[in-house]
Amino acid sequence: MKTLQEIQAEVVEDFSMYDEWLDKYEYLIDLGRRLEPFPEELKTEDRLIKGCQSRVWLDTTVEGERLFFRADSDAIITKGIISLLVGVYSGRTAREIAEDDFSFVERLGLRENLSPTRANGLASMIATIRETARKHC
Amino acid sequence: MMQVEKIRQEFPELGEQVYGKPLVYLDNAATSQRPRSVIRKWTEMSERRNANLHRAVHRIADLATTEYEATRDAVRAYLNAEYREEIIFTSGATASINLVAFSFGEAFVREGDEILVSEAEHHSDIVPWQMLCQRKGAVLKVLPVDDSGRLCTEQLPALLTPRTKLLCVAHISNVLGIVNPVKEIVNICHSNNCKVLVDGAQGIVHQRVDVRELGCDFYVFSGHKVYAAPGTGVLYGRRELLEQMPPYMGGGEMIGTVRWTGTTYAPLPQKFEAGTQNIAGTPTLRLALEMAAQMRESGAEQELDRVKSFLFKQLQDNPKIRLYGVPDSLEQKIPLFSFSVEHCHHEDLALILDKMGIAVRSGQMCAEPLMDRFGVTGMLRVSLAPYNTMAEAEYFMESLARAVKMLEG
Repeated sequence: MKTLQEIQAEVVEDFSMYDEWLDKYEYLIDLGRRLEPFPEELKTEDRLIKGCQSRVWLDTTVEGERLFFRADSDAIITKGIISLLVGVYSGRTAREIAEDDFSFVERLGLRENLSPTRANGLASMIATIRETARKHC
Repeated sequence: MMQVEKIRQEFPELGEQVYGKPLVYLDNAATSQRPRSVIRKWTEMSERRNANLHRAVHRIADLATTEYEATRDAVRAYLNAEYREEIIFTSGATASINLVAFSFGEAFVREGDEILVSEAEHHSDIVPWQMLCQRKGAVLKVLPVDDSGRLCTEQLPALLTPRTKLLCVAHISNVLGIVNPVKEIVNICHSNNCKVLVDGAQGIVHQRVDVRELGCDFYVFSGHKVYAAPGTGVLYGRRELLEQMPPYMGGGEMIGTVRWTGTTYAPLPQKFEAGTQNIAGTPTLRLALEMAAQMRESGAEQELDRVKSFLFKQLQDNPKIRLYGVPDSLEQKIPLFSFSVEHCHHEDLALILDKMGIAVRSGQMCAEPLMDRFGVTGMLRVSLAPYNTMAEAEYFMESLARAVKMLEG
């Protein structure tokens, strides 16, 4: 099994193939469309991360020492970024996630999508993933 | 056309590039760009006029105070207020409204009294009133808007009771862009002994404001939306009311004498200007309002009307687009359009447009109750200033079509 760092490097490399912003967005939109469907019954208030812009739902399940994440958003580009995050972190051990510095998020170069402002639920989603991991170490 | 190009030269930010593309700035309702005259004054106040106001006898303090007080005279004249002490400087419209909510509330609002706000208000004209009502045990009531975004003023007489102390309404909603019939509203309220506060954050930019003609009791606005420095703002209040209201904050030059046995307060306007004021920023208001008047009087205004009609028609005629705030006549609307596009999330559209060099606003626009009213989680908004061009509007429409196509797949 590849390490968390290896997977992150792959994701960053894939994403850096696109020079143009609009191509990056095309790629994210495509990923967003192909994201595993999120069950409607899980779209509950306690799974909702509300932002001024888009809404994000995050569901976490724990199996032994591994954490599994499913997420959704009403905005498609955010959904594409969710797909990247879930692909990297879901199925990893709590310890791996807790010890990660999440710098790969910076390396993706999606700062305005992920900045910790009120505007967007993604930053809160990342914070929630880290917190959950720490609690399960 | 030449006129607009000349105006644009005065606003350095408009010459910027984003992602290698010329910036198309269509988020003026959030904050407007600043002309060189404002930037120069702002710098001058820091480089050559920096001293605290009203309290020292030295030369620089005198120069700074003179600038500051000359600004008060200029704002008075601009609003056609009767007295200079009716102009209170604040840090913005939000601060002005909070001041009134506290001080008017302390003086005039008792348990069981009512405050009436319109459904289309900005959070800054909702939350301070909720806080006041909570503090005083008063009741907050809402004047609705109809599906087209028009304020239901015909419901106003029925909503007013002998206990309604104040009605708060935007001159122009920051979401709907429709000019509200403030004069008519004031007449109805005044004949019911109810005072009126007008949130002029958008109104001051697009209308010639005459507070005596409007007849309102309070008129508030922010400097940064009307080309001035951020952190500046104005509260106009009728002298007779301001005199009866207690101070909002204590300290600084708002005092008469201070003794351990008690303090007396300075007369208006200082009574409401506690602490060190925005020494560098406030004097830019004079230059900014001059610029606003100049642009209104120049040919730029007619050009802007043409651009407004173009955008309105384009957005209105598109079956995929739902436009919020559709007045009977386009004259009642400022060049501000909030809308949603079928099957496209406002955040996605705003992100894609951003990468095409276009700055627009998306989201709840600080008006969550209005979003609920229209059953949406957010909208996309374009808001124009007289320095925006027809070419920019056309580029926006093309880019929007391209963004929609990307999202539709």
